[in-house]
Amino acid sequence: MIFSSMKRNGIILAAFAAVATALLITVQWATADRIAAQQRNEVMRTLNELVPLSTYSNDLYRDCTLVVNPDALGIDSAQPVYRARDNNNHVALVVRTTAPDGYSGAIHLLVAIAPSGTILGSRVLQHRETPGLGDKIELRKSNWILSFTNQRVNGENDPRWAVRRDGGAFDQFTGATITPRAVINAIQRTALWAQANSNALFTAPANCDAATQGVGNE
Amino acid sequence: MSNVNEYKTLTANGLWENNPALVQLLGLCPLLAVTGTVTNGLGLGIATLLVLMGSNITVSLVRDWVPNEIRIPVFVIVIATFVTLIELLMNAFTYGLYTALGIFIPLIVTNCAIIGRAEAYASKNPWHKAGFDGFVMGLGFALVLVLLGGLREIIGQGTLFDGADLLLGPWAASLRMELIQFDYPLLVAILPPGAFIGLGLIIAVKNGIDLQRKRRAAKQPIAKAQRARVTSQ
Repeated sequence: MIFSSMKRNGIILAAFAAVATALLITVQWATADRIAAQQRNEVMRTLNELVPLSTYSNDLYRDCTLVVNPDALGIDSAQPVYRARDNNNHVALVVRTTAPDGYSGAIHLLVAIAPSGTILGSRVLQHRETPGLGDKIELRKSNWILSFTNQRVNGENDPRWAVRRDGGAFDQFTGATITPRAVINAIQRTALWAQANSNALFTAPANCDAATQGVGNE
Repeated sequence: MSNVNEYKTLTANGLWENNPALVQLLGLCPLLAVTGTVTNGLGLGIATLLVLMGSNITVSLVRDWVPNEIRIPVFVIVIATFVTLIELLMNAFTYGLYTALGIFIPLIVTNCAIIGRAEAYASKNPWHKAGFDGFVMGLGFALVLVLLGGLREIIGQGTLFDGADLLLGPWAASLRMELIQFDYPLLVAILPPGAFIGLGLIIAVKNGIDLQRKRRAAKQPIAKAQRARVTSQ
């Protein structure tokens, strides 16, 4: 008696699970392309804010190589480096980098650097800094991140690369110095590394597709 | 006639008498986590409303096939499926909002208000009533999210409808209002304690209004009863 009810309930439960799974697989399959395109657009939008469309001629999103370098990029995993070229001229490297020492964890950034070492710009991709204080690193909240545009780093001990309170050239925020310090250090570190390895990075094979962004096909 | 009354009762329950956020105190986890701005509150409110309607209707439709002993796992499957569906659709069609709310969407699964309505109402009533119950309960929840989001946004940030374009499209960028310019915004309002304090205040106001209504009602029935006696004679 008990076995027959167990069997019946088991079958009913399995039927529900099967229908739910089928439904989800269908919807996931139907939305996969659109989601991939959305993610791609999001990355492209940020890339083009940093490197204007008119200055390069290649497919920036696909011309991307993966680099593992925890010392320079602040994170253990492989990070994409996008290469902007105009025919055969090197225009810019756009590096995804991380400031591991933010006030509440890691801050993920995108930094664009010309082969000459000039920083074309930077954007915060993801962070968990305190709303109202540390989140001024977002362009939506404040123009602070634009102060890096067209700056250069002169070596590791460049005194300008610090917040004003530490004698540097960049503003801190009222009530928050840890966050801007972390971002300044990360950009400085990344810019020095990119400048020193510019040629190697431009000649590395494009291999981002399969690993990090190969979701769906366009 | 009784049908209309039943819908009226359902509406009153969902929006006020038995409001999931203010009276049942269900779904506090997503409620407190995302109500930093009106936009976030509205986004999660709409998502919760859709899940609640979907799960209520589905639970009601399948209620004759689900034996009592396995009803809870079936409800969980139904709710989890709807949440995942909404998450996928938001990711595909409102990407900006998805990046803002993404990590909170799965929290809807943990919203006890949803399984609570499935168990208490949808599993015992026809689908159209269950759907309506889901709608008003979700609406009641969403209104509290928006109210709390508005309070916290004004006090903590001095704005209203910040980032509304993420939810409603580019035209909504003009909805953004700069109400107060702070040198030092009241951070506590944006942080989790602000959510608790704000919710506490809203509940206190609601209870205050209820108390007043009860007092007034306590006086009135006597007058009504007297009149009733007169007409019956």
